[in-house]
Amino acid sequence: MSVLESEIGTAPPSGWSVMWTRYKRNRAAVLGLVLLVIVLAMAATAGFVEPVDPLRRAGDPLVPPFTDWATPLGTDQLGRDILAGIFHGARTSLLIGIVSTVVAISIGILVGAISGYFGGWIDDVLMRVTEAFQTIPNFVLLLALVAILGSSLQNMIIAIGIVSWTAPARLVRAEFLSLRGREFVEAARNLGVGDAAIIFREILPNALPPVIVFASVIMAISILLESALAFLGLGDPNFASWGNMIGAGKAVLRSAWYCAAIPGIAIVLTVLAFSLIGEGLNEAVNPRQKKS
Amino acid sequence: MTAHETTSPILEIESLRIALPEGSDRPLAIDGLNLTVRSGEIVCLVGESGSGKSLAAGAIMRLLPEPRVRVVAGTVRFEGQDLSTLSAKQMRSLRGSRMAMIFQEPMTALNPQKRVGWQIEEVLRIHTSLSRKERRARVLEILEQVRIPDPASAVNAYPHQISGGQRQRVMIAMALVLQPKLIIADEPTTALDVTTQLQVLKLIRELQAKFGTGVLFITHDFGVVAEIADRVAVLRQGELVEQGTVSEVLNRPRHPYTQALIAAVPGLNPPAPKSFDTAPVVMRVEGLHKTFKTRGGILAPRRNAVAAVDDVSFELRQGETLGVVGESGSGKTTVSRCVTRLLDADGGSVMLGDTDMLKATRGELRARRRDIQMIFQDPMASLNPRKRVVDLIAQGPIVHGENPEAARSRARELLALVELSPAAAERYPHEFSGGQRQRIGIARALALNPKVIVADEPVSALDVSVQAQVLKLLAELRDRLSLSLLFVTHDLRVAAQLCDRVAVMEKGRIVEIGETATVFANPGHPYTRKLLDSIPGRDWTPPLLAGTAA
Amino acid sequence: MSMLNYMLRRLVQAIPVMLIIMVGTFLLLKLAPGDTVDALVGDMGGADPRFIERLRAEYGLDQPVLMQLWIYMTKLARFDFGWSFVHEQPVMTVLMDRLGTTLLLMISSLFFAVSIGSLLGAIAARKAYSLTDNIISTLGLVFYAMPSFFLGLMMIVLFSVKLGWLPVGGIQTIPSFYEGWDYVKDVALHLIMPTASLSLIYLALYMRLMRTSVLEVADLDYVRTARAKGAGEWRLMVHHIMRNALLPVVTLLGVQFSTILGGSVVVETVFSLPGLGELAYKAVIQRDMNMLMGIIFLSSIVVIVVNFLIDLLYARLDSRIELT
Repeated sequence: MSVLESEIGTAPPSGWSVMWTRYKRNRAAVLGLVLLVIVLAMAATAGFVEPVDPLRRAGDPLVPPFTDWATPLGTDQLGRDILAGIFHGARTSLLIGIVSTVVAISIGILVGAISGYFGGWIDDVLMRVTEAFQTIPNFVLLLALVAILGSSLQNMIIAIGIVSWTAPARLVRAEFLSLRGREFVEAARNLGVGDAAIIFREILPNALPPVIVFASVIMAISILLESALAFLGLGDPNFASWGNMIGAGKAVLRSAWYCAAIPGIAIVLTVLAFSLIGEGLNEAVNPRQKKS
Repeated sequence: MTAHETTSPILEIESLRIALPEGSDRPLAIDGLNLTVRSGEIVCLVGESGSGKSLAAGAIMRLLPEPRVRVVAGTVRFEGQDLSTLSAKQMRSLRGSRMAMIFQEPMTALNPQKRVGWQIEEVLRIHTSLSRKERRARVLEILEQVRIPDPASAVNAYPHQISGGQRQRVMIAMALVLQPKLIIADEPTTALDVTTQLQVLKLIRELQAKFGTGVLFITHDFGVVAEIADRVAVLRQGELVEQGTVSEVLNRPRHPYTQALIAAVPGLNPPAPKSFDTAPVVMRVEGLHKTFKTRGGILAPRRNAVAAVDDVSFELRQGETLGVVGESGSGKTTVSRCVTRLLDADGGSVMLGDTDMLKATRGELRARRRDIQMIFQDPMASLNPRKRVVDLIAQGPIVHGENPEAARSRARELLALVELSPAAAERYPHEFSGGQRQRIGIARALALNPKVIVADEPVSALDVSVQAQVLKLLAELRDRLSLSLLFVTHDLRVAAQLCDRVAVMEKGRIVEIGETATVFANPGHPYTRKLLDSIPGRDWTPPLLAGTAA
Repeated sequence: MSMLNYMLRRLVQAIPVMLIIMVGTFLLLKLAPGDTVDALVGDMGGADPRFIERLRAEYGLDQPVLMQLWIYMTKLARFDFGWSFVHEQPVMTVLMDRLGTTLLLMISSLFFAVSIGSLLGAIAARKAYSLTDNIISTLGLVFYAMPSFFLGLMMIVLFSVKLGWLPVGGIQTIPSFYEGWDYVKDVALHLIMPTASLSLIYLALYMRLMRTSVLEVADLDYVRTARAKGAGEWRLMVHHIMRNALLPVVTLLGVQFSTILGGSVVVETVFSLPGLGELAYKAVIQRDMNMLMGIIFLSSIVVIVVNFLIDLLYARLDSRIELT
């Protein structure tokens, strides 16, 4: 063909394996992944490992941890098994974390893409609405929503999603604003591609990486929000929740502070896992050529 | 002979080697560089992107991003002293006072939060013990010497409040205020307009002669070399391939790489005028008009509206190449965007066949898009990084209803047409070089068999040698397929090489339009004359070397 | 003159946001099961239907919805949030009593979070990838992952229960009647743990933000220019790097304020501080919707005012913004 054939050479490794290599380099991010796997395992096996309903009495009240094999991490003031609570609570936290993140990001992408792509008065209106949601302190709004909608699991998920969509919306909007002026978008318009196709097939795939990275942050925040609600006694009473356990632990803080500490550590480790994964993803997607 | 040769060298680089971190495309950024700069002389270090020239400059000032990039061998001697023996503190006292640097992008090279006067004064504050009044006086003095209009108010301006050319003058003032013995200028005029560039080059030469400074001038543009250099050194992939006086290297280059580079510089000899009077008109633009207003909000002041394109009219005939030349702000890019309706004009008409592009409905417009396609400037930004090459090229035909398989096989044919292997079809844009990506852009533009191709600065972002190849490809394709080209560029050399007719734009208006040969030989409008006079090295004709005729 | 113009512009931009919030809270009120009259009647233990109808008319609840909205919004504009049947006082009065405590908590938390966080972030950035950086960054990550209530409870366990240094809760020691400096010291003592619980999380956030910002700025061209002029590390840091790296931190401050205000709900509850946050929690439990909406409205106003001030600060700091 031409001289240039030799210059193209062999194809470089695929995008995914390159990203994984970069991700692996960050030891903290790998730790985060390990932690998440542990939590996932707890949630998945909760039914087998701790088949007993965690909300029912399993032994004497206030048994300290590591004293009785039947309740390895001890019991709370109602005699409930703490270890069972940890396992089942993992389910609640992960479920809420993941689903409300999906809700928040979906709303965010919709609002952000439309706002960022079309600009003009559409952008103005949507931005005012976004600002309104951002102005109201999100936990206060969450309380109000819970007061109105009630504390069932699905309503909590919706409420947390409603309270969290503004940050992804801002992010998506910023990405769209910067990408829509790029030449490849102009090239697509030049070819005759329509608006909807440009939004979803040209711009969005390029706008997604930072949003995916941000999703881990939102998951962390969702878990914190849910645990705060549960701590205040506003969570779903039918499900075990780490926040709820800490709330119950508050009453016996002086004598049995482990009741609050153990679920608290579980929350910290889970949120830490998501944060570390987020950082790892960030570095994998935008590598900093720093490193000495 | 000049006085240079008898004076002792200010800068001596011997066998310099700079190592790059693991995973870079070569282990050494610079491999065995030998270079000398004497006081009062300008030495140009020429190289394309990736030659390592900027890192060489950093090594002299000991400003390399260590420890990833570091000097591993060789010496750099400044005024006879080996710089590697100096402590960090001693080195700091040299920088800015006895050796200074001028960078390429004046907008990013100045602290946006500090006034211009403060930044120049900073040099004095670091190295001298002058009083505040004395510093102020000195700053005003140097600003006058670099010919900044109204130094008294410039001193209080922030970088974003003054123009690009003025910012570069501020950089020069910062470098010269303590009259250093050596100035390293890293592509200081590359980001400037042609006319501004000439002024800044003249300024550098004048001040350098006045203060007897030695200048190491880094550039990729041989025109600039012809304009100001005393001696030239050519760098290729970190190796010094040729060195000598400017007349030796420019007119009698010995190394094949230098020869190739010089051959790639488009000469200023326009092609013989071809007559297109019998060819049909494919595009007629009349009274095109576009004004940019700042979006005034509630209570926001409305800035004076700027007429980016003001009453522009021209015709394009079949097979003809019309160049639209101008500096930044002339409106040439806006014209290209309006004509393809990527931007909505405020008035006028663009007749393509019998359809007015500006008044077409969505349906009509979509159909018409087949006839006018665009090649964009930035090869990195104009291809969607997440699409494979074959999809990028076939996208246009598929959108217009062609069968996807047929479109893709045609895409592979087009790849061959632009001299890329068909294996490129399955790859992604980031796997290609700038020149290759631009070829893909050309293939994409050809996919719809358009009548008119609008090329917006298609070679400006490419290295000179690659530029020449892409221009050659465009010329061949144009001749073979009888394309009509609207070629937007700021580079008059490029326009001279490819365009049959040329339209010169200034501040939104066409000031002169005519056959390229005529306009270049006898410019009518004063602005055209100014533009032609500003071409660096216009007096030098690149020699026609055997076997390298373009 | 230009500053005034800018201020007016920002204030005007805030109006549509407030309108949306007003309408929003109205809708929320309407969505809540039962309304004010139902709650009152329930509290009274029932009443006959004619009395209920009269109450409805008195509260304007028999009017068409749009009319109700209009009445509601005009009342809000006058800061008339209605009556709290729980506290037997106008909502506004109750809110005003509590605003001070919350503001005190917020301001001290923010102050510590921003100042110490930024400082640590800058230090971490200057010594990037070293041991110091790793320690600071790790601590930052851990604190960021802690729910504020958990941190608060653990602090209570350590400092109140085990060590007995700090009081468990409340804003002041009740039986005593401190005056002057003693009163201030008492309040301060009571505020130490709540402030720490609230601020440590955001301290971690600002630390990480500052670190990223400084690392980015240190790579920029104008820092290289300053080095080429012979500037030393200290000059570089103060005049060139920090001056520019602080800007994103200031921006984030504006965005975060509203979130931190929400965070005070939980902290106030843990430490029994008589602030807006604890009030909001009680209002949810007691279904005092008027109170909740009043809190939402008032806190939104506070957020808007604070954002406005921060915008002004930013405009002063960033020379690229033209105020003409």
